Amino acid sequence: MIAYIVRRALYAIPILIGVNLLTFALFFFVNTPDDMARLHLGVKRVTPEAIASWKADHDYDKPLLWNSQAAGLDKVSDTIFFRHSLKLFVFDFGRADDGRDISYDVSNRMWASLAIALPTLLVGVLINITVAMMLAFLRGSYLDTWGMVICVMMMSVSLLFYIIAGQYLFSKLLHLVPISGYAPGFAAAKFVILPVVIGTIGGIGAGTRLYRTFFLEEMGKDYVRTARAKGLSEVRVLFRHVLKNAMIPILTGVVVVIPLLFIGSLVMESFFGIPGLGSYTIDAIQHQDFGIVRAMVFLGSVLYIVGLILTDISYTVVDPRIRLQ
Amino acid sequence: MFFLLASSAASASWNDPYPSSDRGKNILYASFRERPKHFDPARAYSFNEYNIIAQIYEPPFQYHYLKRPYSLVPLTATQVPQPHYYDGNGRQLPANAPTADVAYSVYEIHIRPGIKYQPHPCFARDQDGHYLYQDLNREQLRDRHTIADFPHTGTRELVAADYVYQIKRLAHPKLHSPILSLMSDYIVGLRDYAQVLRDALGKGGNEHGDYLDLTRYPLAGVEEVDRYTYRIKIRGKYPQFRFWMAMTFFAPLPPEADRFFSQPGMAEKNLTLQWYPIGTGPYMLTVNNPNLRMVLERNPNFHDERYPRGGEPSDEVAALLRDAGARLPFIDRVIYSLEKENIPRWNKFLQGYYDKSDPSDILAESFDQAIQLTSGGDTELTDSMRARGIRLLTSVGTATYYTGFNMLDPVVGGYSEKKRKLRQAISIAVDEEERISIFLNGRGIPAQGPIPPGIFGYEGGCAGRNPYVYDCIDGKVKRKPIEEARRLLAQAGYPDGRDPKTGSPLLLYFDSPQAGPEAKAVLDWTIKQYKKLNIQLVPRVTDYNRFQEKMHKGNAQIYRWGWGADYPDPENFLFLLYGPNKKVGAEGENASNYESSGFDQLFERMKNMDDTPERLVLIQRMLEIARADAPWVWGLHPKEFTIEHGWLHNNKPHNMTHNTVKYLRLDTELRARKRQQWNPPLLWPLGVTFALLAVGAVPAVVTYVRRERQVRR
Repeated sequence: MIAYIVRRALYAIPILIGVNLLTFALFFFVNTPDDMARLHLGVKRVTPEAIASWKADHDYDKPLLWNSQAAGLDKVSDTIFFRHSLKLFVFDFGRADDGRDISYDVSNRMWASLAIALPTLLVGVLINITVAMMLAFLRGSYLDTWGMVICVMMMSVSLLFYIIAGQYLFSKLLHLVPISGYAPGFAAAKFVILPVVIGTIGGIGAGTRLYRTFFLEEMGKDYVRTARAKGLSEVRVLFRHVLKNAMIPILTGVVVVIPLLFIGSLVMESFFGIPGLGSYTIDAIQHQDFGIVRAMVFLGSVLYIVGLILTDISYTVVDPRIRLQ
Repeated sequence: MFFLLASSAASASWNDPYPSSDRGKNILYASFRERPKHFDPARAYSFNEYNIIAQIYEPPFQYHYLKRPYSLVPLTATQVPQPHYYDGNGRQLPANAPTADVAYSVYEIHIRPGIKYQPHPCFARDQDGHYLYQDLNREQLRDRHTIADFPHTGTRELVAADYVYQIKRLAHPKLHSPILSLMSDYIVGLRDYAQVLRDALGKGGNEHGDYLDLTRYPLAGVEEVDRYTYRIKIRGKYPQFRFWMAMTFFAPLPPEADRFFSQPGMAEKNLTLQWYPIGTGPYMLTVNNPNLRMVLERNPNFHDERYPRGGEPSDEVAALLRDAGARLPFIDRVIYSLEKENIPRWNKFLQGYYDKSDPSDILAESFDQAIQLTSGGDTELTDSMRARGIRLLTSVGTATYYTGFNMLDPVVGGYSEKKRKLRQAISIAVDEEERISIFLNGRGIPAQGPIPPGIFGYEGGCAGRNPYVYDCIDGKVKRKPIEEARRLLAQAGYPDGRDPKTGSPLLLYFDSPQAGPEAKAVLDWTIKQYKKLNIQLVPRVTDYNRFQEKMHKGNAQIYRWGWGADYPDPENFLFLLYGPNKKVGAEGENASNYESSGFDQLFERMKNMDDTPERLVLIQRMLEIARADAPWVWGLHPKEFTIEHGWLHNNKPHNMTHNTVKYLRLDTELRARKRQQWNPPLLWPLGVTFALLAVGAVPAVVTYVRRERQVRR
C-alpha cells in the first residue's frame, strides 16, 4: 500500500504544477500587475510612480513566465511565476499582497470553516441515510413518490434561499439564534447551529436521492433476497445487510470530501460572517490578491488529491477484497 | 442543541450575538463591511480605514464637531496657526501679501505638553531604563502573535519630533503614501528626501529589512523647533495645507514604534504598524481580527478633552449640547463586527444589536420599511421605526457623482459651439431628479456644478442654478423642457438626434464599471434618457480595472464617476476640471481631460486664496465657464441617511471627519431593556413543527407495520 501511496503522491506533482500554471494563467489573463497595484493603492491620487514602486516591492515588475532580458537560469527564475508560485511546493505560502503571513491566516481560519463544515457533513449524512432508508423501505408507495418529489423540490432551491429564509425564520421571527457572527471556542455553538441546520436541510434533497439509489441497488441483490427468504424482518434486512453494503459508496463519497472541509463554504461563511477559509478566498479574489488565491487553489488541489488517496484507502478498509497495488 | 441551550441560558435573548458578560456594559456596537487594508497613517486614505484610525491617531487639528460650515480647531496643538509668508529672499511678507509674491509659507505648530501615548510594548522599559522589546530575535518572538502577547507596556509624552517623524515617513519608498506626490509639490525638500531614502534603502543602509531610522535623515522643510514645537515650510501659498494637517497623514508617530515593528520576524506575524496603530487618541485598538471583529478600548492615558460648548442653533433643540463641557470620551469600548451582507446587518440593527446604521445600510430592500415620504416631499421615518424610538439623521454629503464626457473624444469632446450644445442638450435630457427618485429613494440633490453644499462657493436656489440646464420659475429651479434639448441638439448638427453623415441616430458609448441587476436597471434608464433625443446609447460594461485603464488611456467616451472631499474647500472639487490635472498624460484626477485656459487661469488665482468675496467671484466665473462648456452632466450630491437607536446620543453627521466616536454617549439600561423586549424567544412554532413531523410519520409507520405483516404471512 505504501508503494501505491508514494506512486499516487508522485503522480500529484505534475497535476499540481498544471493547476499552478492554470491558476497563474487565468489570474493574469484577467488582472494585470498594474490592476493589482491600483486596487491595493486605492482609488484616489494613485500616481504611475506609486504603481511602479508597488510592483517592484512585490516582485510584480518582472515578466510573467519568461525573462528574455535575463541571462542563464534567471530567464526562468527572474519571473513572476517563479518568484510567487514555486515555493508552494514546499508549502511556503508566502505573504499576501498586504504583507500578511498566509500560512498563519490559513491555520487560524480553517477551524472556523471546520466548525461549520464538519457538523454539517456528519449530521447531513446521518439524516440523509435515515430518510433514504425510510424511502427505500417504503419504495413504490405514495410516501416514496411524495418523498422523491419533495427531494427534487429541495434540490431545486438555491442555498441562498435556505440561508435567507433560515435567518428570517430562526433569528428574526423566532429569535432563537444570532442571525450572524462567530466566536471562538464553545461560544461558537450558538453561531454555528443555524448554518449547520441550513446546510443540512439544503443537502437533504440531493443526499437522500443519491443514498436511496444506493439502498435500492443493494435491495435488489441476491443476498437480500436470501435474507428475506430466511424470514428476517425487513428492518433487520435493511440494517444488518443493506446498510452495511450500501455504506461502501456512501463512505467513499464522504471520505473524498473530508479534506475539502478545511476549505470552507464560500456562500455560507459570507452570509453568516464566519471567518473561515471560504470567505478568505472570496475576499482574496475580490481584492485581486494573487498570493492568497494561488495558495488557496493549491491547498484545495492538494486536499482533493489527499481525499482521493484516502478514498482509495477506505475501499480497502470497507471491502477486504480490494488490494491497493 | 445542548451548546445552544447552554449558551442561550446565560443570555437574556437567545439571538444575542454578544457574550452575556458584556451585557449592560458601556460598549458601542457597530459593523464594517470590508476589511480595512491599511492602518498605517502614512497609507490610510479610505473611509473604512479612517473609521478606526481616526479614533486612535491625533493630528494637530480637528474639525469642530458641531459647527457648520466646517471649521478647524486645535486637537493636540495649542491653536490653529496662521502661516507666515516669505518672499524669495527670505523676507517676511504681510498676511495679505499677493499670492504671486509668496515664495514660502511657514506653519509653526505648538503642541500641548503632557499628552501621552496609549500603553504600548514599544515603550516598555526594564528597571534600568532599557527598552524591553526593542532588540528581540526570532526565538524571542516565537510565541508572540499579537500585540497582547507582550506582557509589559509603557508610554511616553507626545513631542513635536513625533510629528516631524511622521511627515518624513510620507516619503518612505516602501510605504507608498498616496499623498507623497502631492505633498512633494508643497513641502520643501520632500521630493529630494524620498530620493535620499530610496538611495539609503538601495545601498542596504538599513538595520532591519526596510527599516530606516528617519531621525538620522533630516528633511529640509520640516524641523523640530523645540520639544513642543515644529515648523513646516511650504512652497508658495497653499491655504488648504491646514486641512491636510487635520488628517491622519499628519498624525504623530513615535520612532520607537517604527523600530519595534521593524524587528526581524515581526512582519511575518503581522506585527506591523499596518495592523496595530499606536496613538494618543481616545481609543486604542486592542483586538484586530478584521475577519471577525475589531475592538477599540478607551485609552487610559487619554488627555483632557471636553465636549464642545457651542454649535449651530439647532443643536440645542436636537439635544446635542447636553454634554457640553463634559470630559471625553463617554464610551468605554467599541466593537466593530464584520458584516458583509446587507440583510443580517439590517436585521441586527432592528434587533438592537447594532446601535446605529451606516448610510449605506438603508438599501432599496429595507428603505420602505424604514423611510416614508411626507406630503411635502420630505423624508421621515415610518411609524414602526418611530415606535421603536429610532431616529433619522440626514445630511448632504460633501461629494459629487457626475457623468463625464471625454473632452478628447472626437464626437462628444472638443470646445466648438456645436460640441458645447451637444453636451448641453444631453445635460438637459438626463433627468437627474428622476434618477434620484427612482434609484436613490430621494437620497440626493441635483448638482448645479461640481461644488457640493457646505463647501465655500456653493449657492443654492435660483442664484446658484446652472442656467444651461435649469430655469428659474416662480423662484424655483426647474429643469429645462426636453424641447430645448432637442433644439440645442439640432444646432449641434444632429437634428432629431440623427447623424447627418449616416442618417442614422447618433451613436454614443457609455462606459461603466458596474455590473449586476441593479446596475443594469440604471443603465437601461440611462439609455432611455438619451433616447429622448433619439440618441442611441451603447453601454460598454467592463470591470473596474478595465474601466480605469480606459480612463487612463482616454478611450472612454461617456462615463460616470464621483469624488468625495478630502477637505472642505472648493479647490478640492474645482481641481477635477483643472487642465494640468487631466487624466491622460498627467495622470491627474481630471477624468474628462477638460482644458480651458480661462478656467485654468482663474483656478490658479483662486486656489490659494482665503474664503473672501473676491474668491467667491472667481469661483462663480469658473462655474460659468464650466457650465457653458459642460464637460460633465453635473449629476448629484448624495444625501446621507443615518438611522440610530434612541439610546445613542450626541450623534451628528459629519462629512469631513471620522474621529466622532469620542462624542457619542449611550444609555445602556434602555438598550438592555429594548433588546430583551424586542427579542423574546418563540418556541411554540418549533413545537408545532415537531408535532407536524410526528403526525407526518404516522403513514410511514402504518405502511411499515402493514409490510411487516405481509412478510410474516
